[in-house]
Amino acid sequence: MAETKTAAYICKGCEIGTRLDTDALVKAATKSGKMNIVREHDFLCSAEGVAMINNDIENEGVTHAALCACSRRAKTEAFNFPTIAMSRGNLREGVIWIRPDTDEARETTQEMAEDYVRMACAEVKAMTVPPGNQKTGSVKTLLVVGGGMSGMTSALESSKAGYKVVLVEKSAALGGWAAKLHKRVPTREPYKAPEDNGVADLVARIEADSNIKVYLNATIAKTDGAPGRFKVEIAIESGAIAQEDIGAIIQATGFTLYDANKLPEFAYGKTPNVVDQAGLEALAKAAAAEGKPITRPSDGQPVKSVVFVQCAGQRDATGTHLQYCSGFCCNTSIKQAMYFKDSNPDIDTVVLFTDLRTPGNGEDFYRAAQNKGVIFSKGVVSQVTPNGNSCTVKFTDLILNEDTEAQADLVVLATGMVPVSGVNIDAPVAAPAEAEAAVEGEAPKEIVATIAPESILNLTYRQGPDMPQFKHGFTDSHFICFPYETRRTGIYTAGPVRRPMDILQAQEDATGAAMKAIQAMENAGLGKAAHPRAGDLSFPTVRLEGCTQCKRCTVECPFGAIDEDEKRFPLFNESRCRRCGTCMGACPVRVISFENYSVNTVGAQIKAVDVPDEFSEKPRILILACENDAYPALDMAGMNHHEYDPYVRVIPVRCLGSVNTIWITDALNGGYDGVMLMGCKHGEDYQCHFVKGSELGRYRLSKVGDTLKGMNLETDRVKDIEVAITDMATLPQKINEYAALIKSFPPSPFKGF
Amino acid sequence: MSDINTQMADRYKNNFLKEIEEQAEMGEWVKMCMQCGLCSGSCPTNFHSGWDHPPQEIFMLIRAGKREEVLNAQGMYMCTSCYNCYVRCPRKVPVTHVMHGIAEYAYRIGRAPKNQPTMHLSRTFWNNATKYGRVNEVKLTQSLYFKDGFGSGVKKGMEMQSVALGLVKAGRLNPLEALGMGHKCKDLKGIHAMLAKAKELEAQRKAKG
Repeated sequence: MAETKTAAYICKGCEIGTRLDTDALVKAATKSGKMNIVREHDFLCSAEGVAMINNDIENEGVTHAALCACSRRAKTEAFNFPTIAMSRGNLREGVIWIRPDTDEARETTQEMAEDYVRMACAEVKAMTVPPGNQKTGSVKTLLVVGGGMSGMTSALESSKAGYKVVLVEKSAALGGWAAKLHKRVPTREPYKAPEDNGVADLVARIEADSNIKVYLNATIAKTDGAPGRFKVEIAIESGAIAQEDIGAIIQATGFTLYDANKLPEFAYGKTPNVVDQAGLEALAKAAAAEGKPITRPSDGQPVKSVVFVQCAGQRDATGTHLQYCSGFCCNTSIKQAMYFKDSNPDIDTVVLFTDLRTPGNGEDFYRAAQNKGVIFSKGVVSQVTPNGNSCTVKFTDLILNEDTEAQADLVVLATGMVPVSGVNIDAPVAAPAEAEAAVEGEAPKEIVATIAPESILNLTYRQGPDMPQFKHGFTDSHFICFPYETRRTGIYTAGPVRRPMDILQAQEDATGAAMKAIQAMENAGLGKAAHPRAGDLSFPTVRLEGCTQCKRCTVECPFGAIDEDEKRFPLFNESRCRRCGTCMGACPVRVISFENYSVNTVGAQIKAVDVPDEFSEKPRILILACENDAYPALDMAGMNHHEYDPYVRVIPVRCLGSVNTIWITDALNGGYDGVMLMGCKHGEDYQCHFVKGSELGRYRLSKVGDTLKGMNLETDRVKDIEVAITDMATLPQKINEYAALIKSFPPSPFKGF
Repeated sequence: MSDINTQMADRYKNNFLKEIEEQAEMGEWVKMCMQCGLCSGSCPTNFHSGWDHPPQEIFMLIRAGKREEVLNAQGMYMCTSCYNCYVRCPRKVPVTHVMHGIAEYAYRIGRAPKNQPTMHLSRTFWNNATKYGRVNEVKLTQSLYFKDGFGSGVKKGMEMQSVALGLVKAGRLNPLEALGMGHKCKDLKGIHAMLAKAKELEAQRKAKG
């Protein structure tokens, strides 16, 4: 690389020039920042200003530039210089917009601005331009695991977008559960009658599609590699192994019905006249094949009355059965009741429900069933007793508040969905590391594993062979912000394996997952990060000679990007990496870094701040703010001119998980009076863009109290708060409260050392 | 009258829902209720002691085939026709009309309670209005006051004396109405003919059902 030449640019636009003493800022950049070139401009993001910077890059050989203007989140199109290392000093949203324009405030505002100039200069000098990942994989074939409605939809949608697809189905035929349905819940206007299950059409389209290669009776024996360069071994029925090069994977492995044998009180198994929803579909299919109405399984007589028991083994508060609502069964029961009413309106059909939930356009369907004479009663079933060829259904009527019973020829149990998500890799086999156990929390694991835990993807990842699970065995996805995202880059889950859903939702989900998978393959081919740092070319590098093989990075990586090589050193798979920096934060010997984000880039900024002595009554507070939510919230606080304390200095971090505790100890040793950390919500309703990052970061920070005590400092000097992007109004308040607390302490004894 | 009751019970056997659907006006709406309870929650007579079964429960009882409970219920007679339930029903069920339909059906088959006050009021009102072609306020008030006997009628009249005098002074009440004088409608015969025709049409419709 050419010789390093640094430049700082001070913008005077947007009132920066009138509110601040820019000559002093230039001085700060020249003297403290030691930049080779320092220029002011009245309007830096204008064509003229950008041309000035480009001219310096081309003719002056500038390699590192500190742009002191607005927030790094603003004017990104104008300030796009991919060939040089660049930092931004936030003088607008971070200084003048959050400070009052008064004589008293002028001095502290100016100090703030000068610090941000020095920080930007220090940061950029510690950075290099990311050269981009050299080990990219360029395979553009998609693997879809599971040939049900979701899988088939993913395959077709990807093919339509021009990508090759390998579709692997465990059973002998495509179609999954949908193929077992007599009819499906209506998908179009007027949503009044069941319609064809639609499987034949999809299967025909797949068979006619030259982009799609189908393996039936096949499973995934091994998945090795990373996005863009997966090597997948497919075990075929014959015992042979087929190998495919794959770019990205969609896991659409669907669900099984909750086992009705676990509900002995409902007489399932004791009489053939009690069936689950799949059982009724089978009866309806068989009857339709013969062109007859559905008959009573016990004696083949016509069915005169049917009772549908909703939430059988679902929404269970006792902990014995499924705790959740599967979301599809109410519509299914409505549809199945119509099977009877459409063939003979005199058949009594009663749906016993506690809450009838009809997502999508199910409300119209529900109304249509009521019009057809299906009776809906709000009641909880306690027992079903076989009674000759009939059944007695005992239930509590919730409206009339009485125990009552009904006679039925046929009882249908709506048992709900259990995801087929493979091995629970977080299940405590033998608690491996203390850190992991603590992250998992003390809450007892809910036991829902009703399927033999057989791995589906057989990943060779160090963190385990399958996708991480969230609640109830469903695979983890960023359900609040990015529902299609998972914790394995380039592998997406779609359909009921991700959360309970009906066919229509599953197809939409499958289309979304296909889109994300294509995006991931394309990004992997370019060496770029996937969401949320989409397009980022940096990737973590490790100085192996300093590594102590503690394995923290391999254990903590939220995306399972880090394996171990044969010498047990961490092996980074760049295209699996999301560039969150959790490994960097975790590393106790600080050997992991990114070209443009490292222990040094942040450390240099911390050191660049001018810390006044203890007699000046000007404390210094460091804020490490997550760039995903907290930093934008601070920017928006600026846009709304919500004022906050002039003694804080904000440094954005990629994730709270990337915060290395050395930054905090360095800051406190350097005379800062306090450190505030801002990260996303963690835990069950997490909002962390890297799913586990903020949780891991917080776990690490929970140990900081000991460090403070060791330094003889108040433990309240380090504060961690959860910030959402919507907190722009309350955040300044929290900063001010914290600043007031810090001011109540004596000045840090480390000042001036 | 109880004969009709037995006849109807026999005719529909255990299917009370069908009986209501075919016999009670607006009865076909009963099956469309989705048991949200908004009608009961919106009802201004909610806290009245006579309110044994709110509309939601009446609907549920009908669907559960509980004929006796429904026909013995007081709920439908308590309706003040405020139309809160009708306006608020997410299913657009005309709850008010259904309640009146059920009450009317119970009356028709002789199951309405004797001296039920709201039933008495509506009957008195109806008879009064159809007889004179418009409401004769003095006679209507009289018949309501003297419902429970002469003594209590006089007592009630005395209690309301000042109000009545006020109304007379303001020209809002004509004492001569007591003698069948005062305001009258323009074409009493025409109205009677209209009502007779309506009755005939309704009888035809009910015979069909």
